[in-house]
Amino acid sequence: MFEKKDRPVPLANEGLVPEERGLFCDAAPREYAPANKVVEDFWNWARAQSLWILGFGTGCGAIELRPLMTSRYDMYRYGIQPRPTPRQSSVFVIGGYASVKTLKRIVRSYEQMMGPKFVVALGSCTINGGMYWDSYNTIKRIDQYIPVDVYITGCMPRPEALLAGFQELKRIIRAGRAEGQNAYARDFGWYKANQKKVIKDWNMPDYNW
Amino acid sequence: MEPTVLGRIGYALVSLFVITNYGLLLIGSMARISAKVQGRVGQPVWQPYLDIIKSTAKRNAISHGIMFYLGPVFRLAGGVGTYMFIPAVYGSVLFRNFSDSGDLLLVMYFIFFGQLGMALGASEGGHPYSAIGVSRGLSQMTAFEVPFALSVIAVAVQYGTLDITAIVAAQQGGFAHWTLATNPLAVIAAMIAFLGMSMHNPFSVVIAPQEIPIGPPTEYQSNLLGMLQTNRAIFNGAKLVLYMNLFFGGATNILVMVVKTFLIYFINIFVGQAFPRFRTDQSIRFFLGVPTLVGIAGVIIAAI
Repeated sequence: MFEKKDRPVPLANEGLVPEERGLFCDAAPREYAPANKVVEDFWNWARAQSLWILGFGTGCGAIELRPLMTSRYDMYRYGIQPRPTPRQSSVFVIGGYASVKTLKRIVRSYEQMMGPKFVVALGSCTINGGMYWDSYNTIKRIDQYIPVDVYITGCMPRPEALLAGFQELKRIIRAGRAEGQNAYARDFGWYKANQKKVIKDWNMPDYNW
Repeated sequence: MEPTVLGRIGYALVSLFVITNYGLLLIGSMARISAKVQGRVGQPVWQPYLDIIKSTAKRNAISHGIMFYLGPVFRLAGGVGTYMFIPAVYGSVLFRNFSDSGDLLLVMYFIFFGQLGMALGASEGGHPYSAIGVSRGLSQMTAFEVPFALSVIAVAVQYGTLDITAIVAAQQGGFAHWTLATNPLAVIAAMIAFLGMSMHNPFSVVIAPQEIPIGPPTEYQSNLLGMLQTNRAIFNGAKLVLYMNLFFGGATNILVMVVKTFLIYFINIFVGQAFPRFRTDQSIRFFLGVPTLVGIAGVIIAAI
Protein backbone atom coordinates (compact mmCIF):
# COMPACT_ATOMS: atom_id res chain seq x y z
CA MET A 1 0.00 0.00 0.00
CA PHE A 2 2.78 2.44 0.82
CA GLU A 3 5.38 1.68 -1.80
CA LYS A 4 8.49 3.75 -1.50
CA LYS A 5 10.14 2.90 -4.81
CA ASP A 6 10.00 5.22 -7.84
CA ARG A 7 9.04 8.01 -5.50
CA PRO A 8 8.92 11.38 -7.25
CA VAL A 9 10.65 14.51 -6.05
CA PRO A 10 9.26 15.56 -2.65
CA LEU A 11 6.88 18.50 -2.66
CA ALA A 12 8.40 21.78 -1.56
CA ASN A 13 5.55 22.83 0.78
CA GLU A 14 6.70 26.40 0.26
CA GLY A 15 3.54 27.83 1.76
CA LEU A 16 4.53 26.63 5.19
CA VAL A 17 7.04 28.23 7.51
CA PRO A 18 10.26 26.15 7.55
CA GLU A 19 9.82 24.76 11.08
CA GLU A 20 6.37 23.39 10.18
CA ARG A 21 7.41 21.65 6.97
CA GLY A 22 8.57 18.53 8.73
CA LEU A 23 5.14 18.06 10.27
CA PHE A 24 3.42 17.51 6.95
CA CYS A 25 3.68 14.92 4.24
CA ASP A 26 5.76 15.95 1.24
CA ALA A 27 4.77 13.08 -1.05
CA ALA A 28 2.70 13.77 -4.15
CA PRO A 29 -0.35 11.57 -4.76
CA ARG A 30 0.19 8.55 -6.95
CA GLU A 31 -2.01 6.59 -9.31
CA TYR A 32 -3.56 3.32 -8.23
CA ALA A 33 -4.10 0.62 -10.82
CA PRO A 34 -7.52 -1.07 -10.60
CA ALA A 35 -7.60 -4.71 -9.51
CA ASN A 36 -8.39 -7.40 -12.06
CA LYS A 37 -11.68 -7.13 -13.92
CA VAL A 38 -13.89 -9.42 -11.82
CA VAL A 39 -12.72 -8.10 -8.45
CA GLU A 40 -12.85 -4.48 -9.56
CA ASP A 41 -16.37 -4.95 -10.95
CA PHE A 42 -17.49 -6.38 -7.63
CA TRP A 43 -15.84 -3.54 -5.71
CA ASN A 44 -17.30 -0.95 -8.03
CA TRP A 45 -20.73 -2.47 -7.46
CA ALA A 46 -20.25 -2.11 -3.70
CA ARG A 47 -18.85 1.41 -4.08
CA ALA A 48 -21.84 2.44 -6.15
CA GLN A 49 -24.29 1.04 -3.58
CA SER A 50 -22.62 2.77 -0.66
CA LEU A 51 -22.05 6.44 -1.42
CA TRP A 52 -21.03 8.40 1.64
CA ILE A 53 -21.32 12.12 1.13
CA LEU A 54 -18.89 14.49 2.75
CA GLY A 55 -21.17 16.66 4.85
CA PHE A 56 -19.59 20.00 4.01
CA GLY A 57 -21.86 22.69 2.59
CA THR A 58 -19.52 24.41 0.18
CA GLY A 59 -22.04 26.83 -1.28
CA CYS A 60 -25.67 27.90 -1.23
CA GLY A 61 -26.62 24.82 -3.28
CA ALA A 62 -25.96 22.66 -0.24
CA ILE A 63 -29.39 23.76 0.97
CA GLU A 64 -30.79 21.34 -1.61
CA LEU A 65 -28.84 18.47 -0.05
CA ARG A 66 -30.68 18.69 3.26
CA PRO A 67 -34.09 17.64 1.92
CA LEU A 68 -32.50 14.44 0.63
CA MET A 69 -32.24 13.21 4.22
CA THR A 70 -35.90 13.83 4.94
CA SER A 71 -38.62 11.25 4.56
CA ARG A 72 -39.87 12.90 1.40
CA TYR A 73 -36.74 12.17 -0.67
CA ASP A 74 -34.98 9.63 1.56
CA MET A 75 -31.58 9.14 -0.03
CA TYR A 76 -30.78 6.30 2.39
CA ARG A 77 -32.78 3.88 0.26
CA TYR A 78 -30.21 4.36 -2.52
CA GLY A 79 -27.35 3.65 -0.13
CA ILE A 80 -26.45 7.34 0.07
CA GLN A 81 -25.77 8.82 3.48
CA PRO A 82 -23.96 11.83 4.86
CA ARG A 83 -20.66 11.21 6.60
CA PRO A 84 -19.16 13.94 8.75
CA THR A 85 -15.49 13.37 8.04
CA PRO A 86 -13.56 13.41 4.76
CA ARG A 87 -11.57 10.37 5.84
CA GLN A 88 -14.60 8.12 5.60
CA SER A 89 -16.63 9.64 2.82
CA SER A 90 -16.39 8.79 -0.84
CA VAL A 91 -18.47 11.48 -2.55
CA PHE A 92 -17.67 15.16 -2.32
CA VAL A 93 -20.61 17.35 -3.21
CA ILE A 94 -19.63 20.83 -4.35
CA GLY A 95 -22.73 22.75 -3.36
CA GLY A 96 -22.87 25.54 -5.86
CA TYR A 97 -20.57 28.55 -6.24
CA ALA A 98 -17.15 28.30 -4.69
CA SER A 99 -15.42 31.44 -3.53
CA VAL A 100 -11.64 31.46 -3.49
CA LYS A 101 -11.71 31.13 0.28
CA THR A 102 -13.96 28.06 0.04
CA LEU A 103 -11.86 26.57 -2.74
CA LYS A 104 -8.97 26.35 -0.32
CA ARG A 105 -11.11 24.26 2.03
CA ILE A 106 -12.46 22.25 -0.89
CA VAL A 107 -8.94 21.33 -1.96
CA ARG A 108 -7.92 20.40 1.58
CA SER A 109 -11.00 18.26 2.13
CA TYR A 110 -10.76 16.60 -1.28
CA GLU A 111 -7.16 15.63 -0.75
CA GLN A 112 -7.93 14.19 2.68
CA MET A 113 -10.50 11.78 1.26
CA MET A 114 -9.51 8.18 0.69
CA GLY A 115 -9.71 6.94 -2.86
CA PRO A 116 -11.55 6.07 -4.96
CA LYS A 117 -13.30 9.38 -4.43
CA PHE A 118 -15.98 10.98 -6.52
CA VAL A 119 -17.03 14.57 -6.98
CA VAL A 120 -20.55 15.75 -7.77
CA ALA A 121 -20.78 19.43 -8.63
CA LEU A 122 -24.22 20.92 -8.48
CA GLY A 123 -25.56 24.18 -9.81
CA SER A 124 -24.63 26.28 -12.80
CA CYS A 125 -22.01 28.13 -10.77
CA THR A 126 -19.73 25.12 -10.71
CA ILE A 127 -19.91 24.77 -14.48
CA ASN A 128 -19.37 28.31 -15.77
CA GLY A 129 -19.70 30.63 -12.82
CA GLY A 130 -23.46 30.95 -13.24
CA MET A 131 -24.82 34.22 -11.93
CA TYR A 132 -21.37 34.95 -10.47
CA TRP A 133 -19.70 34.75 -13.89
CA ASP A 134 -18.11 38.20 -13.51
CA SER A 135 -17.40 38.09 -9.80
CA TYR A 136 -13.84 38.82 -8.70
CA ASN A 137 -13.98 36.32 -5.87
CA THR A 138 -15.57 33.14 -7.18
CA ILE A 139 -14.03 30.52 -9.37
CA LYS A 140 -15.78 29.73 -12.62
CA ARG A 141 -15.10 26.10 -13.45
CA ILE A 142 -14.57 23.70 -10.58
CA ASP A 143 -13.00 21.00 -12.76
CA GLN A 144 -9.93 23.13 -13.29
CA TYR A 145 -9.16 22.66 -9.62
CA ILE A 146 -10.39 19.16 -8.76
CA PRO A 147 -11.63 16.42 -11.10
CA VAL A 148 -15.42 16.28 -11.32
CA ASP A 149 -17.40 13.14 -12.14
CA VAL A 150 -20.94 14.46 -12.46
CA TYR A 151 -22.34 17.93 -12.99
CA ILE A 152 -25.92 18.71 -12.06
CA THR A 153 -27.22 21.83 -13.76
CA GLY A 154 -29.77 24.26 -12.43
CA CYS A 155 -29.92 27.25 -10.19
CA MET A 156 -30.74 25.58 -7.82
CA PRO A 157 -31.15 21.99 -8.95
CA ARG A 158 -34.11 20.39 -7.23
CA PRO A 159 -33.52 17.45 -4.84
CA GLU A 160 -34.95 15.19 -7.57
CA ALA A 161 -32.22 16.41 -9.91
CA LEU A 162 -29.66 15.58 -7.25
CA LEU A 163 -31.03 12.07 -6.90
CA ALA A 164 -30.87 11.70 -10.70
CA GLY A 165 -27.29 12.94 -10.57
CA PHE A 166 -26.39 10.37 -7.95
CA GLN A 167 -27.94 7.63 -10.11
CA GLU A 168 -25.76 8.85 -12.98
CA LEU A 169 -22.73 8.74 -10.68
CA LYS A 170 -23.62 5.17 -9.80
CA ARG A 171 -23.72 4.24 -13.48
CA ILE A 172 -20.31 5.84 -13.99
CA ILE A 173 -18.84 4.01 -11.00
CA ARG A 174 -20.32 0.69 -12.13
CA ALA A 175 -18.79 1.20 -15.58
CA GLY A 176 -15.41 1.79 -13.94
CA ARG A 177 -15.09 5.29 -15.37
CA ALA A 178 -14.99 7.19 -12.07
CA GLU A 179 -11.21 7.44 -11.81
CA GLY A 180 -11.00 11.02 -10.57
CA GLN A 181 -8.40 10.13 -7.97
CA ASN A 182 -6.03 8.82 -10.63
CA ALA A 183 -6.71 11.79 -12.90
CA TYR A 184 -5.83 14.11 -10.03
CA ALA A 185 -2.60 12.23 -9.36
CA ARG A 186 -1.69 12.14 -13.08
CA ASP A 187 -2.24 15.86 -13.67
CA PHE A 188 -1.26 16.88 -10.17
CA GLY A 189 1.07 19.63 -11.39
CA TRP A 190 -1.62 21.18 -13.57
CA TYR A 191 -4.28 21.10 -10.86
CA LYS A 192 -1.87 22.50 -8.28
CA ALA A 193 -0.78 25.31 -10.59
CA ASN A 194 -4.42 26.25 -11.21
CA GLN A 195 -5.16 26.21 -7.50
CA LYS A 196 -2.16 28.32 -6.63
CA LYS A 197 -3.06 30.80 -9.38
CA VAL A 198 -6.27 31.77 -7.59
CA ILE A 199 -5.44 31.06 -3.95
CA LYS A 200 -3.04 33.86 -3.11
CA ASP A 201 -2.53 33.12 0.58
CA TRP A 202 -1.31 29.55 0.13
CA ASN A 203 -0.35 28.58 3.68
CA MET A 204 -0.93 24.84 3.64
CA PRO A 205 1.04 21.82 2.48
CA ASP A 206 1.05 21.16 -1.25
CA TYR A 207 -0.75 17.87 -0.72
CA ASN A 208 -2.93 17.47 2.35
CA TRP A 209 -2.88 13.87 3.36
CA MET B 1 -19.03 -37.01 22.07
CA GLU B 2 -16.66 -34.34 23.32
CA PRO B 3 -14.98 -32.59 20.36
CA THR B 4 -11.21 -32.19 20.22
CA VAL B 5 -9.50 -28.85 20.75
CA LEU B 6 -9.30 -28.26 17.00
CA GLY B 7 -12.94 -29.21 16.66
CA ARG B 8 -13.88 -26.72 19.33
CA ILE B 9 -11.92 -23.97 17.61
CA GLY B 10 -13.72 -24.86 14.38
CA TYR B 11 -17.08 -24.71 16.15
CA ALA B 12 -16.16 -21.38 17.70
CA LEU B 13 -15.28 -19.97 14.26
CA VAL B 14 -18.61 -21.16 12.84
CA SER B 15 -20.36 -19.60 15.82
CA LEU B 16 -18.45 -16.34 15.29
CA PHE B 17 -19.39 -16.36 11.60
CA VAL B 18 -23.05 -16.81 12.47
CA ILE B 19 -23.08 -14.03 15.07
CA THR B 20 -21.25 -11.65 12.71
CA ASN B 21 -23.82 -12.11 9.98
CA TYR B 22 -26.67 -12.01 12.46
CA GLY B 23 -25.28 -8.80 13.96
CA LEU B 24 -24.94 -7.17 10.55
CA LEU B 25 -28.48 -8.13 9.54
CA LEU B 26 -29.72 -6.92 12.93
CA ILE B 27 -28.12 -3.50 12.44
CA GLY B 28 -29.53 -3.32 8.92
CA SER B 29 -33.04 -4.31 9.92
CA MET B 30 -33.07 -1.95 12.90
CA ALA B 31 -32.02 0.93 10.63
CA ARG B 32 -34.90 0.00 8.37
CA ILE B 33 -37.35 -0.13 11.26
CA SER B 34 -36.17 3.31 12.43
CA ALA B 35 -36.74 4.56 8.90
CA LYS B 36 -40.30 3.23 8.93
CA VAL B 37 -40.94 5.09 12.19
CA GLN B 38 -39.74 8.27 10.48
CA GLY B 39 -41.98 7.60 7.45
CA ARG B 40 -39.09 6.72 5.15
CA VAL B 41 -38.36 3.65 3.06
CA GLY B 42 -34.94 3.27 4.59
CA GLN B 43 -31.73 1.61 3.55
CA PRO B 44 -31.67 -2.01 2.40
CA VAL B 45 -31.24 -4.60 5.14
CA TRP B 46 -27.93 -5.68 3.59
CA GLN B 47 -26.49 -2.14 3.55
CA PRO B 48 -23.96 -2.88 6.38
CA TYR B 49 -22.38 -5.56 4.15
CA LEU B 50 -22.02 -3.09 1.27
CA ASP B 51 -20.50 -0.49 3.57
CA ILE B 52 -17.93 -2.95 4.86
CA ILE B 53 -17.01 -4.14 1.35
CA LYS B 54 -16.74 -0.54 0.22
CA SER B 55 -14.53 0.46 3.14
CA THR B 56 -12.29 -2.55 2.62
CA ALA B 57 -12.04 -1.86 -1.11
CA LYS B 58 -10.59 1.62 -0.62
CA ARG B 59 -7.34 2.00 -2.50
CA ASN B 60 -5.29 3.99 -0.07
CA ALA B 61 -5.14 4.43 3.67
CA ILE B 62 -3.28 6.69 6.04
CA SER B 63 -1.54 5.83 9.24
CA HIS B 64 -0.98 7.79 12.43
CA GLY B 65 1.37 5.36 14.13
CA ILE B 66 1.25 1.90 15.63
CA MET B 67 -1.33 2.61 18.31
CA PHE B 68 -3.64 3.93 15.61
CA TYR B 69 -3.57 0.48 13.99
CA LEU B 70 -3.92 -1.30 17.30
CA GLY B 71 -7.07 0.64 18.30
CA PRO B 72 -9.42 -1.27 15.96
CA VAL B 73 -7.50 -4.48 16.68
CA PHE B 74 -8.15 -4.06 20.41
CA ARG B 75 -11.76 -3.20 19.67
CA LEU B 76 -12.16 -6.34 17.57
CA ALA B 77 -10.38 -8.41 20.21
CA GLY B 78 -12.80 -6.99 22.78
CA GLY B 79 -15.80 -7.93 20.63
CA VAL B 80 -14.58 -11.43 19.76
CA GLY B 81 -13.35 -12.02 23.32
CA THR B 82 -16.71 -11.02 24.77
CA TYR B 83 -18.51 -13.42 22.49
CA MET B 84 -16.07 -16.30 22.89
CA PHE B 85 -16.73 -16.71 26.61
CA ILE B 86 -20.52 -16.65 26.46
CA PRO B 87 -22.63 -19.70 25.55
CA ALA B 88 -24.76 -18.44 22.65
CA VAL B 89 -27.15 -21.38 22.82
CA TYR B 90 -27.51 -23.29 26.08
CA GLY B 91 -26.75 -27.00 25.75
CA SER B 92 -25.52 -26.70 22.15
CA VAL B 93 -22.06 -28.07 21.36
CA LEU B 94 -21.74 -25.85 18.31
CA PHE B 95 -22.68 -22.57 19.97
CA ARG B 96 -21.29 -22.96 23.44
CA ASN B 97 -17.99 -21.32 22.39
CA PHE B 98 -15.45 -21.48 25.25
CA SER B 99 -17.98 -20.64 27.93
CA ASP B 100 -16.73 -23.38 30.25
CA SER B 101 -13.42 -21.53 30.57
CA GLY B 102 -14.34 -17.99 31.49
CA ASP B 103 -16.80 -16.42 33.82
CA LEU B 104 -18.89 -13.28 34.03
CA LEU B 105 -16.02 -11.10 35.30
CA LEU B 106 -13.88 -12.02 32.30
CA VAL B 107 -16.72 -11.13 29.94
CA MET B 108 -17.26 -7.79 31.68
CA TYR B 109 -13.55 -7.12 31.38
CA PHE B 110 -13.69 -7.82 27.65
CA ILE B 111 -16.65 -5.48 27.21
CA PHE B 112 -14.61 -2.55 28.52
CA PHE B 113 -11.26 -3.65 27.16
CA GLY B 114 -12.27 -2.84 23.59
CA GLN B 115 -13.44 0.63 24.50
CA LEU B 116 -10.19 1.46 26.29
CA GLY B 117 -8.09 0.15 23.39
CA MET B 118 -10.14 2.20 20.99
CA ALA B 119 -9.66 5.25 23.19
CA LEU B 120 -5.88 4.90 22.98
CA GLY B 121 -5.96 4.33 19.22
CA ALA B 122 -8.34 7.17 18.50
CA SER B 123 -6.26 9.60 20.54
CA GLU B 124 -3.23 8.67 18.45
CA GLY B 125 -5.13 9.97 15.40
CA GLY B 126 -4.54 13.46 16.77
CA HIS B 127 -7.92 14.81 15.74
CA PRO B 128 -9.49 17.01 18.44
CA TYR B 129 -12.93 15.52 17.85
CA SER B 130 -11.55 12.05 18.49
CA ALA B 131 -10.31 13.18 21.89
CA ILE B 132 -13.65 14.81 22.70
CA GLY B 133 -15.51 11.69 21.59
CA VAL B 134 -13.22 9.50 23.67
CA SER B 135 -13.63 11.61 26.79
CA ARG B 136 -17.41 11.63 26.36
CA GLY B 137 -17.46 7.91 25.69
CA LEU B 138 -15.35 7.01 28.69
CA SER B 139 -17.25 9.26 31.09
CA GLN B 140 -20.57 7.89 29.87
CA MET B 141 -19.16 4.37 30.15
CA THR B 142 -18.10 4.99 33.75
CA ALA B 143 -21.63 6.13 34.51
CA PHE B 144 -23.58 3.27 32.93
CA GLU B 145 -21.15 0.77 34.36
CA VAL B 146 -22.57 1.46 37.82
CA PRO B 147 -26.13 0.16 37.23
CA PHE B 148 -24.75 -2.62 35.03
CA ALA B 149 -22.27 -3.76 37.68
CA LEU B 150 -24.99 -3.60 40.34
CA SER B 151 -27.31 -5.79 38.30
CA VAL B 152 -24.49 -8.26 37.62
CA ILE B 153 -23.79 -8.36 41.38
CA ALA B 154 -27.50 -9.00 41.96
CA VAL B 155 -27.46 -11.89 39.48
CA ALA B 156 -24.27 -13.33 41.00
CA VAL B 157 -25.72 -13.11 44.51
CA GLN B 158 -29.03 -14.60 43.43
CA TYR B 159 -27.57 -17.65 41.70
CA GLY B 160 -24.48 -17.91 43.89
CA THR B 161 -22.14 -18.21 40.90
CA LEU B 162 -20.32 -16.19 38.24
CA ASP B 163 -20.41 -19.01 35.70
CA ILE B 164 -22.69 -17.92 32.85
CA THR B 165 -23.65 -21.47 31.90
CA ALA B 166 -24.73 -22.14 35.50
CA ILE B 167 -26.73 -18.91 35.54
CA VAL B 168 -28.53 -19.98 32.36
CA ALA B 169 -29.07 -23.47 33.76
CA ALA B 170 -30.70 -22.01 36.88
CA GLN B 171 -33.18 -20.09 34.72
CA GLN B 172 -34.44 -23.08 32.73
CA GLY B 173 -37.99 -24.30 33.19
CA GLY B 174 -40.21 -21.51 32.00
CA PHE B 175 -40.73 -17.80 32.35
CA ALA B 176 -41.16 -17.95 36.15
CA HIS B 177 -37.49 -18.92 36.50
CA TRP B 178 -36.07 -16.09 34.42
CA THR B 179 -34.23 -13.30 36.22
CA LEU B 180 -36.82 -11.02 34.65
CA ALA B 181 -39.46 -12.70 36.83
CA THR B 182 -37.38 -13.42 39.92
CA ASN B 183 -35.56 -10.09 40.18
CA PRO B 184 -37.16 -7.51 37.86
CA LEU B 185 -35.37 -4.55 39.48
CA ALA B 186 -31.95 -5.88 38.50
CA VAL B 187 -33.20 -6.38 34.94
CA ILE B 188 -34.55 -2.83 34.75
CA ALA B 189 -31.21 -1.40 35.91
CA ALA B 190 -29.35 -3.59 33.44
CA MET B 191 -31.62 -2.67 30.53
CA ILE B 192 -31.14 1.04 31.19
CA ALA B 193 -27.38 0.45 31.27
CA PHE B 194 -27.80 -1.43 28.00
CA LEU B 195 -29.27 1.67 26.36
CA GLY B 196 -26.08 3.52 27.26
CA MET B 197 -23.89 0.64 26.17
CA SER B 198 -25.32 0.42 22.68
CA MET B 199 -25.04 4.18 22.16
CA HIS B 200 -28.38 4.70 20.50
CA ASN B 201 -30.47 7.72 21.36
CA PRO B 202 -30.75 9.17 23.97
CA PHE B 203 -27.14 8.23 24.76
CA SER B 204 -25.68 8.71 21.29
CA VAL B 205 -23.73 11.88 22.01
CA VAL B 206 -20.45 9.92 21.90
CA ILE B 207 -20.68 9.32 18.17
CA ALA B 208 -23.00 12.21 17.32
CA PRO B 209 -22.35 12.75 13.61
CA GLN B 210 -23.58 16.32 13.39
CA GLU B 211 -21.95 17.51 16.56
CA ILE B 212 -18.48 15.99 16.86
CA PRO B 213 -17.91 14.31 13.50
CA ILE B 214 -18.60 10.69 14.44
CA GLY B 215 -16.50 10.91 17.64
CA PRO B 216 -13.65 8.47 18.30
CA PRO B 217 -13.47 6.95 14.78
CA THR B 218 -13.13 10.38 13.10
CA GLU B 219 -9.73 9.59 11.62
CA TYR B 220 -10.39 5.93 10.87
CA GLN B 221 -10.83 5.03 7.22
CA SER B 222 -10.55 2.24 4.69
CA ASN B 223 -9.93 -1.23 6.08
CA LEU B 224 -9.58 -0.01 9.68
CA LEU B 225 -13.09 1.41 9.43
CA GLY B 226 -14.24 -1.87 7.90
CA MET B 227 -12.82 -3.63 10.94
CA LEU B 228 -14.67 -1.30 13.30
CA GLN B 229 -17.91 -1.86 11.38
CA THR B 230 -17.49 -5.64 11.56
CA ASN B 231 -16.74 -5.40 15.24
CA ARG B 232 -19.87 -3.38 15.81
CA ALA B 233 -21.91 -6.35 14.60
CA ILE B 234 -19.98 -8.91 16.66
CA PHE B 235 -19.99 -6.75 19.77
CA ASN B 236 -23.71 -6.04 19.51
CA GLY B 237 -24.40 -9.73 19.07
CA ALA B 238 -22.19 -10.63 22.03
CA LYS B 239 -23.82 -8.10 24.35
CA LEU B 240 -27.31 -9.22 23.32
CA VAL B 241 -26.44 -12.87 23.94
CA LEU B 242 -24.97 -11.95 27.32
CA TYR B 243 -28.11 -10.10 28.32
CA MET B 244 -30.29 -12.92 27.10
CA ASN B 245 -28.27 -15.38 29.20
CA LEU B 246 -28.20 -13.31 32.35
CA PHE B 247 -31.74 -11.98 32.45
CA PHE B 248 -34.00 -13.60 29.89
CA GLY B 249 -33.51 -17.28 30.45
CA GLY B 250 -30.94 -17.99 27.73
CA ALA B 251 -31.85 -19.95 24.62
CA THR B 252 -32.06 -23.67 23.98
CA ASN B 253 -31.98 -23.35 20.19
CA ILE B 254 -30.84 -20.82 17.62
CA LEU B 255 -34.38 -19.72 16.78
CA VAL B 256 -35.16 -18.76 20.38
CA MET B 257 -31.81 -16.95 20.51
CA VAL B 258 -32.67 -14.90 17.42
CA VAL B 259 -36.14 -13.98 18.65
CA LYS B 260 -34.99 -13.03 22.15
CA THR B 261 -31.96 -11.00 21.08
CA PHE B 262 -34.01 -9.24 18.42
CA LEU B 263 -36.56 -8.18 21.01
CA ILE B 264 -33.84 -7.06 23.46
CA TYR B 265 -32.20 -4.96 20.76
CA PHE B 266 -35.57 -3.61 19.75
CA ILE B 267 -35.86 -1.87 23.13
CA ASN B 268 -33.01 0.37 21.96
CA ILE B 269 -34.90 1.42 18.87
CA PHE B 270 -38.13 1.82 20.81
CA VAL B 271 -36.51 4.18 23.31
CA GLY B 272 -34.24 5.80 20.75
CA GLN B 273 -37.06 6.82 18.46
CA ALA B 274 -39.07 8.28 21.32
CA PHE B 275 -36.45 10.32 23.18
CA PRO B 276 -34.03 12.98 22.03
CA ARG B 277 -30.31 12.92 22.73
CA PHE B 278 -28.89 13.62 26.18
CA ARG B 279 -25.81 15.73 26.71
CA THR B 280 -22.96 13.89 28.42
CA ASP B 281 -23.47 15.55 31.78
CA GLN B 282 -27.19 14.83 31.61
CA SER B 283 -26.65 11.17 30.82
CA ILE B 284 -24.10 10.79 33.63
CA ARG B 285 -26.53 12.34 36.10
CA PHE B 286 -29.26 10.10 34.73
CA PHE B 287 -27.28 6.88 35.11
CA LEU B 288 -26.10 7.72 38.60
CA GLY B 289 -29.64 8.59 39.70
CA VAL B 290 -32.67 6.34 39.42
CA PRO B 291 -31.00 3.40 37.57
CA THR B 292 -28.32 3.15 40.27
CA LEU B 293 -30.95 3.20 43.03
CA VAL B 294 -32.93 0.54 41.17
CA GLY B 295 -29.75 -1.50 40.85
CA ILE B 296 -29.04 -1.22 44.59
CA ALA B 297 -32.63 -2.28 45.31
CA GLY B 298 -32.06 -5.24 42.96
CA VAL B 299 -28.97 -6.28 44.92
CA ILE B 300 -30.85 -5.99 48.23
CA ILE B 301 -33.74 -8.10 46.90
CA ALA B 302 -31.29 -10.72 45.64
CA ALA B 303 -29.48 -10.76 48.99
CA ILE B 304 -32.74 -11.23 50.92
